[in-house]
Amino acid sequence: MNAMDISVTVNGRVIRDSVIPRMSLLDFLRDRAGLTGTHMGCEHGVCGACSVIFEGVPIRSCSVLAVQANNKEVMTVEGLSNDDGSTGILQDAFRDAHAMQCGYCIPGMLVASHALLESNPNPDLDDIKEAIGGNICRCTGYIQIIEAIQLAADRMTEAKT
Amino acid sequence: MSDAPGSNLKYVSRKRRVREDKRFVAGTATFAQDVNLPNMLHCAVVQSPYPRANILSIDASEALAMAGVRYVLTGDEFRAHADDMKFGLNTPQVKWYPLAVDLTRYAGEWVAVVVADDPYVAEDAAELVDVDYDPLEPIIDPEDAYVETDRLVHPAHGSNVLYDGHFYWGPVEEDFAAADDSLSYRVRWGRSSTVPIETFGVVARWDDAVDILDVWASIQMPNYVELLSSTLRLPLNSVRLHQDVDVGGSYGVKRGIKHSVIVGYLSRKLRAPLRLIEDRLVNMASGDAHGPDRIFDTQVAFNNDGKILSLKIRALDDAGAYPSRAPFQLAKPISAIVGPYKINSVQYDAISVTTNKTGQVPVRGFGQSPTNYMIETAVDKVAAHLGMDRVEVRRRNFINHDEFPYQIPSGSKYDSGDYHTVLQKALDTAQYDELVKRRDTARAAGRLAGIGVATCLEPGGGNNIFEYLMNPSAEITTFSEGCEIRVDPDGLITGIMGSTTSGQGHETLVATIIGEDLGFDPDDIRVVHADSLNAPITRSPVASRMAIMLGSSAAGAAQKIIDKVMAIAAHNLDRPSDELEYADGTVFDRSDPGRALSWKELCFIAHKAYHKMPEGMEPGLQAQYVFQVPGGGQLPDEHQRVQIYPCFSFQSHIPYVEIDPGTGHVSILDYVIAHDCGTMINPDIVRGMVIGGLAHGIGAALYEKFAYRPDGQFESATFADYLMPSVYEIPMVKDVDHCTPSPLTSHGQKGSGEGGYLGAPAAIAGAVNDALSPLGVSIHELPMRSHLIEGLIHAKKASQ
Repeated sequence: MNAMDISVTVNGRVIRDSVIPRMSLLDFLRDRAGLTGTHMGCEHGVCGACSVIFEGVPIRSCSVLAVQANNKEVMTVEGLSNDDGSTGILQDAFRDAHAMQCGYCIPGMLVASHALLESNPNPDLDDIKEAIGGNICRCTGYIQIIEAIQLAADRMTEAKT
Repeated sequence: MSDAPGSNLKYVSRKRRVREDKRFVAGTATFAQDVNLPNMLHCAVVQSPYPRANILSIDASEALAMAGVRYVLTGDEFRAHADDMKFGLNTPQVKWYPLAVDLTRYAGEWVAVVVADDPYVAEDAAELVDVDYDPLEPIIDPEDAYVETDRLVHPAHGSNVLYDGHFYWGPVEEDFAAADDSLSYRVRWGRSSTVPIETFGVVARWDDAVDILDVWASIQMPNYVELLSSTLRLPLNSVRLHQDVDVGGSYGVKRGIKHSVIVGYLSRKLRAPLRLIEDRLVNMASGDAHGPDRIFDTQVAFNNDGKILSLKIRALDDAGAYPSRAPFQLAKPISAIVGPYKINSVQYDAISVTTNKTGQVPVRGFGQSPTNYMIETAVDKVAAHLGMDRVEVRRRNFINHDEFPYQIPSGSKYDSGDYHTVLQKALDTAQYDELVKRRDTARAAGRLAGIGVATCLEPGGGNNIFEYLMNPSAEITTFSEGCEIRVDPDGLITGIMGSTTSGQGHETLVATIIGEDLGFDPDDIRVVHADSLNAPITRSPVASRMAIMLGSSAAGAAQKIIDKVMAIAAHNLDRPSDELEYADGTVFDRSDPGRALSWKELCFIAHKAYHKMPEGMEPGLQAQYVFQVPGGGQLPDEHQRVQIYPCFSFQSHIPYVEIDPGTGHVSILDYVIAHDCGTMINPDIVRGMVIGGLAHGIGAALYEKFAYRPDGQFESATFADYLMPSVYEIPMVKDVDHCTPSPLTSHGQKGSGEGGYLGAPAAIAGAVNDALSPLGVSIHELPMRSHLIEGLIHAKKASQ
């Protein structure tokens, strides 16, 4: 298969590379962009561990090809941290609620939560469940994740007022 | 030493951030598949499509001709250069090789491994390996396997029975004869597992210059390094496991020893680093990470007042084709075989058989969750039979708070507990009387509504003597854990532990306990996972043991540090050490507190001022402590009674469910857990463990099943077939804690990783059967999938 040249903006950084057409966006992000925060869980679009923001929308990077991201903007979990490396409000809320154990699904959870809070700053329980309903966590039983998202929403609202 | 919460603890039991979480939210944690070595090669596996078949030939020529393909390894080659993987039972003819030799034993079994420069190429080439099979009829049903003489999974072993043990503790026949009544029943625990979102992955690199095999693996397994080295015929100290790799969930199942011996062998053979990462299909079908698959036939003898006198239990477990340490999951339950109840005698027949299914590994609770489901079913059945309240029957049989330590018939001495109080907390939190009214109102409106009441004991910190019970050639009577503290010349503290972590927060545990005991802010204490050549002894975070074992070893090391600075201070302050006191790093004269040495001064003396040290004292300020399992260290007595686990946590679960009569779908509308794991080191970690374990229990109770067709084909290789709870399947759990400290650990802590999973299946089964009871039907197999319940409802309605 002939390689194709692509240019993808990831967390604000333009990455130009040559990839085989069948390379998944997940593999591109991990192996070419060096952003290993995005995780492979099922590779068939069920678990949500590989979620990234693609043109403003959360998607499964295991089920999108890298070439489809040509000239597009992608944000990964690494993009949630501040430029100085410190963690942001959403990440800190996950820490304060201890919304994780092994941490493997958490990048996907954070990305899904980020997308929720961008579009809905005051989500109710149903909104939160819908936002993370496609992300499987095997450690927490979700309760502390829900609490973290509520906490983040409260803090973001507070920060704006 | 024990501290009740609310005493003068500064860090233990306080809500504090979990230090591990920062790297997870930043996306900077290092999992096995994030380890990327220069010139690393990649593996893909060739799987058998047949559950049982002779391998006639393997032709890899087409695969090897592909550009980028480096090697194809078969079982024959591996067997010629390495040993079979030993798993602890006395079954020498059950040979477990990582790649099938001559005969395949389950659908999906690995037959060959392809090595290529690129993982995409490796997978392409795997499809080009041409294997010629002669399919044979498989043995799938475990009861059939038990009596089968012809279709043998391991023909040289002579039968499909791996273990058939019989235990008699106490006067079973006398108790049955004396009892007012008895009843018998069968329950079945379906084949499921905890299925972490990270699949198993391993990277290995052999270095000829130093004769060391470096390994990075998503592993959670005792004896991993031992088994890796012995299988590859390497000296034990030639394997270096990098234990700072984050493990993306395990709950017992991350035991990729076969993956690891393959990459270990190939990295030496090919003189290159190698990586093997399961994809999801391989993980489900052939990662050998299935869990218990167990049938119980139980008889229970009881009196008309609800007192249970005796149990006769037959447990038949289907270990699959390669059992790993799975059969020992029949032995952990021996440590709590009567649950929290005063049952006088028990007969226990434990049978493990091999079938043509994927191999079984230890899963959260090590066999205790199926057994607890069986025990709690007995209590519910006795209550129903006598027309008594389920709560009251439990209360009447509970061990009382003032009866601890309490020895059960199988030899365990339960350390401490307050079962009546914890159950009452659950009832109060659930507003039980109101809940009953709610159920009855729902029933009056024609709905199927039910309440579950279940309790469970969580044995923690075991000593491995269960292995001896099933294989007396294994005289292993400890399962210790070490921790080291190093204080540098600047007075900064580092805790050193072995073992990988898969979400339990061990770094937080160690920092919290060292901080508490030495009087320093845990946030200022570094904690590292040393590699297996550098680390203190570790038996890995299994058996709900790390708070008990690692926590107590951290406390032991801290005490050694205190002892040393006290001796230095006594020498320099010219006071006997019993007149001195240690507080937050400073040692002072109790009667003259101004007479003191600061932490900085003490560290300087220890590291630099040898002339101020007591004569003969070892320079520096470091200490290692290895904690022995409390109450262990003994072989069983002549009645096979023995202490296996030292500490026993306790939980009560009360779920409320409603069932859709049309579809059989179970909705868990409310759920209360009351839990008692002694002193909680970090309450948020405990709460996460409790609720997360509960979520696993909901999966096992209602959804998760590795299904096989009668012809042995595997039907659950994807997340579309193997159903796990999403956020929609987990109720907003209310949890309440209680603390009965253990007298056996440094701060009164016990294990907390398993209880949620131990109690939930029993509780949900109780709730479902309560909901079905007005119809006069019940279900006694897990998972209780909708179609099974719907079938029961409709069969009943059709017969009316």
